[in-house]
Amino acid sequence: MRRVDAMQAVYPDLERCVVVTIMGAVAAELQSIGHRPNFFYLQHAMGLASSMGLGVALSRPELQVVVFDGDGSVLMNLGGLTTLARYRPRNLIHVVFDNESLLSVGGFPTATATGSDLTAIAAGAGIQRTVTVRTLDEFRASFAEALAANDLTTIVAKVEAVGPSGYVTDLSLLENRYQFQRYMKNLHNKE
Amino acid sequence: MTLSQIRMPVSVSSSKLIYDCLKAAGVRIVSALPETWLVHLIRMAEDDAEMTLVRLAKEEEGVGISAGAHLAGVKSAMLMQNHGFLASVNGIVSCAQLYRIPLLMLISHRGEFGERDPWQTEGGGVTEHVLHALRIPYDRLDSEEHVGRRIAKAQTLAYSASKPVALLLCRDLMWEE
Repeated sequence: MRRVDAMQAVYPDLERCVVVTIMGAVAAELQSIGHRPNFFYLQHAMGLASSMGLGVALSRPELQVVVFDGDGSVLMNLGGLTTLARYRPRNLIHVVFDNESLLSVGGFPTATATGSDLTAIAAGAGIQRTVTVRTLDEFRASFAEALAANDLTTIVAKVEAVGPSGYVTDLSLLENRYQFQRYMKNLHNKE
Repeated sequence: MTLSQIRMPVSVSSSKLIYDCLKAAGVRIVSALPETWLVHLIRMAEDDAEMTLVRLAKEEEGVGISAGAHLAGVKSAMLMQNHGFLASVNGIVSCAQLYRIPLLMLISHRGEFGERDPWQTEGGGVTEHVLHALRIPYDRLDSEEHVGRRIAKAQTLAYSASKPVALLLCRDLMWEE
């Protein structure tokens, strides 16, 4: 499974979600499918995308939050999994694209290449709903189940270590940040 | 021995004052990692139905949580020791500063004059230098008389400048000994 295909497979569902992604390939690929104002790309601060997702989820329980994380990023903030589990935001789906490498800096293998199991780590941290998926069909089904379950779910999607040729896009960081904030503010005002 | 049985001369009145100022400033999410000087503040947040307390595994998570909360329209504050601030520097720079996130950091300033714990003595000496290096505006809270004004003014600047600010909770305010 390629990560870009996985994101494409659930892209229609993302329209009604608030999405926080990590930097690099994930951000560039989601933008290549099509940027939306409800997508925020944390282009640095490795590890904190899941914490940002938690901050949004706790602040706005009426919104469905989706975090697109990666193995390298989640390994930098394993403690954050225990915080996610402790507060168990029902409106957060935590997808970890695990390509077993730090692709954007040369493909060096991460610890998931040598046996560390992020699904088991998430379950051990206390997250009740965890799953590993290896095919597009499995990913699509587990994402739909997570949406329907209305509960914190960590989906570890094993993906190929392939990505785009570059990571800088036309969307500036601050433009994305203010657009994303305004999107959530306008939703608030409509209620 | 439970936590409440350990006698620690942390000022309840100063903690209450700080907490009330955070409430008055509209703070509704507090992220925290326990440290001695923060025990009352954390308990007040926990006991307050209007406040969401997020207990962290590591302080840097709090930067992400505050960033998410801010973009979602909720005011927050971070409670941490100065060593927690030191552990959060990358998140402060590459999330909060890079993305112009107002961040209200309340940092217990261990390791200054009067510190008895040998393990706290390095952090106190570098905290203000690191704040300077990061160009983070900060002020010291060392007397109850200016707590209210300084918290309100710090938050005002955090929002007008869209950047992290810090308040150092000092020994003379927090420790009654």
